[in-house]
Amino acid sequence: MRKFLASAKFLAGTAASAVLFSGAARADQPREWEVTFQAPATEMMRQIERFGNYTMWFIVPITVLVLVLLLVCIVKFRASANPVPSKTSHNTLIEVIWTVGPVIVLLLIAIPSFQLLTAQYTPPEEAKLTVKATGNQWNWDYEYQVDKTFSFNSAVLQDGDRAKAGKEDRALYPRLLAVDNELVVPVSTTTRVLITATDVIHSFAVPSFGIKMDAVPGRTNETWFKAEKEGLYYGQCSQLCGKDHAFMPIAVRVVSDAQFKTWLETAKTDVPAANKALMAEIDGTNKIAAAGN
Amino acid sequence: MAEAAAHDHGDHRPHGWVRWVYSTNHKDIGTLYLIFAIMAGIIGGALSVAIRMELQEPGIQIFSGLAQMVYGMQGDAAIDGGKSMYNAFGAAHGLIMIFFMVMPALIGGFANWMVPIMIGAPDMAFPRMNNISFWLLPPAFILLLSSMFVPSAPGAFGVGGGWTIYPPLSTSGQPGPAMDLAILSIHIAGASSILGAINFITTIFNMRAPGMTLHKMPLFAWAVLITAFLLLLSLPVLAGAITMLLTDRNFGTAFFVPDQGGDPLLFQHLFWFFGHPEVYILILPGFGIISHIVSTFSKKPVFGYLGMAYAMVAIGAVGFIVWAHHMYTTGLSLDTQRYFVFATMVIAVPTGVKIFSWIATMWGGSISFKPPMLWALGFIFLFTIGGVTGVQLANAGLDRSLHDTYFVIAHFHYVLSLGAVFAIFAGWYYWFPKMTGYMYSPVIANTHFWVTFVGVNLIFFPQHFLGLAGMPRRTVDYPDAFAGWNMISSYGSYIAAVGVAIFLYGVFEAFQKKRVAGANPWGEGATTLEWQLPSPPPFHQWEQLPKIK
Repeated sequence: MRKFLASAKFLAGTAASAVLFSGAARADQPREWEVTFQAPATEMMRQIERFGNYTMWFIVPITVLVLVLLLVCIVKFRASANPVPSKTSHNTLIEVIWTVGPVIVLLLIAIPSFQLLTAQYTPPEEAKLTVKATGNQWNWDYEYQVDKTFSFNSAVLQDGDRAKAGKEDRALYPRLLAVDNELVVPVSTTTRVLITATDVIHSFAVPSFGIKMDAVPGRTNETWFKAEKEGLYYGQCSQLCGKDHAFMPIAVRVVSDAQFKTWLETAKTDVPAANKALMAEIDGTNKIAAAGN
Repeated sequence: MAEAAAHDHGDHRPHGWVRWVYSTNHKDIGTLYLIFAIMAGIIGGALSVAIRMELQEPGIQIFSGLAQMVYGMQGDAAIDGGKSMYNAFGAAHGLIMIFFMVMPALIGGFANWMVPIMIGAPDMAFPRMNNISFWLLPPAFILLLSSMFVPSAPGAFGVGGGWTIYPPLSTSGQPGPAMDLAILSIHIAGASSILGAINFITTIFNMRAPGMTLHKMPLFAWAVLITAFLLLLSLPVLAGAITMLLTDRNFGTAFFVPDQGGDPLLFQHLFWFFGHPEVYILILPGFGIISHIVSTFSKKPVFGYLGMAYAMVAIGAVGFIVWAHHMYTTGLSLDTQRYFVFATMVIAVPTGVKIFSWIATMWGGSISFKPPMLWALGFIFLFTIGGVTGVQLANAGLDRSLHDTYFVIAHFHYVLSLGAVFAIFAGWYYWFPKMTGYMYSPVIANTHFWVTFVGVNLIFFPQHFLGLAGMPRRTVDYPDAFAGWNMISSYGSYIAAVGVAIFLYGVFEAFQKKRVAGANPWGEGATTLEWQLPSPPPFHQWEQLPKIK
């Protein structure tokens, strides 16, 4: 409750513009009282959102239709209003209508649904970067399959380590979402993620990218994303994996091509140093951008 | 009727504990099932309230304290034990509600009580098997409950793998005996259900009164017949899957162990081949009950009777070929997903037929809003909401974002907690006067309905939002941004708990006031055979078989 009030205060303080502002600066993560998807950060998630909204055009009217029909029955055919019941129990025409009607609705849903599904399995181009995510109880290993393969571990950020990691801003590095070492990827680059696990089944999910793929021991699954904007994007393990299932977030830091190249060179030998340098650079650009406003 | 009552004295009617423990009477066994379901429902419901108390605010609220209290853990061990205990509560809640609440209430309880009466049979085909069907359940339930108090993973007690018990979390992930107890429990509960299913199929096929063809049989009997076939075909698959789990755990087999040539996903296919028909097992008897109630209180015959019966047949049949829509994110190939999207969407058609036929039954009727009808109306509307979100989830492309989030929790609680459970209460208020001979207080029954209606909607509607925002299922703690809707959801669960208390008080009050209900308290709309018998019916009914026109 305390935390809830504190963050409510933060929101109130920055007023309505905060929503827009934070959308730009903090990339994506869940927000308070959210009633829809997180803002899409990939074309794929935008398609998912569009399709989700499209289905609403069918399901909301259907639900309202059922409600209205029920209300009509309740009002018009209550015993006091209609003491003598009809004995009708067949009407072939109406039965055909309410069988064929839903079939048509389902076809209208199915066509874009199949397009969406196909698009998810059809990357627009060959991936330029391949990262392997391995789920462990209860953290992730990220392996960069570049000329000199290297890997590092990514675990939930402990409160005690915030200061040392320079991640004290709880809006940017929220509890249970922030990690010690983010997955760093370049912007506007098709990135392939190979997903597996070492112990039990986990699931690699980043809501604003529109991806979710189970990490199954003994099997390598594949998904891909192409992030459109620089920023920090959060997800969580999405398959019950034991005691600390709630405590193995996924954080993806999307950076510019140049930043990624610099980071990658250092990271091949020293991941913490690469992350520190990257964070310092991003902070610097943000400050300049803020001053420019 | 008077003759039947007079004849009653000549029966060798057992008394005392013998009547219940040795019972071969379908009505007594039905009553045992109903009492069992109520007790299991209270325990399963209490577990869910504990879950909601934990999730009311971010952070770990009650489970470290509970672990301290129940398991005597201290400090960090209590926090870790608490997290595992939360998972164990989730798994137990699911298993209890499915195997020990909804199934015993609908199939063991109402179907046992009413199907023989409705089809004009004196009892079930295999009365002794009926007895063992019931008496397998208490030991199964005790096994499941005791699993919560024995070790699973290191530093943890109870089955912490969800009701789906996916390996390797349920094999190498939890080496302790808790999972073995749970597997044994599910085995026994499954055997109980298979025996029950055989009994119902035999009874319905062979013991209908003269003149009652299948196409004249009441829809509840149809629903139970189809349910029994689903049980008979799906439960053995579950039994096979959990036996493999058991031997993987204890005897060195490697069905689901990848590094020895096994496949964890094999279990998921087997589990959901059972699991998806299972959800129709939970809801189909409810469909039957709702049909009777809507017809009774509209004073009209069921609209499109044959369509209603064969819609259930279709739902049951198609229900067997849609299982992998629970597995869209496991790495199924594109074509596999395309097939399961298509097959799953097909189910919406017969389900739509049912919804519209209920409305058409009411249309032109003379509707009285007695408590069973209130629950039935609530069922139709809320089941529709759960149904349309099901259509959304059927689309693999969209499910990518919704799978394993609270959206799924909201969806299946709308069809089961607000669907199947509403049908159970509808059936309870419909048949309570028949089963006991007493009429409950309609004021208490209506209060029960409205409190429950508000409570469960407050619990589950906001969970759609949480799921859209990306909150994963089965987490003991969540990012602070999810706090708002979780708080509302938790308050809803407390309101629903008050509803349960009102329900229990209503039962108590009815037995205390002993208002005589009479043979047919619902009037001309109640046309099925049970309303031709006195309330409660004689110990043995239909000694002279009824003739169906």
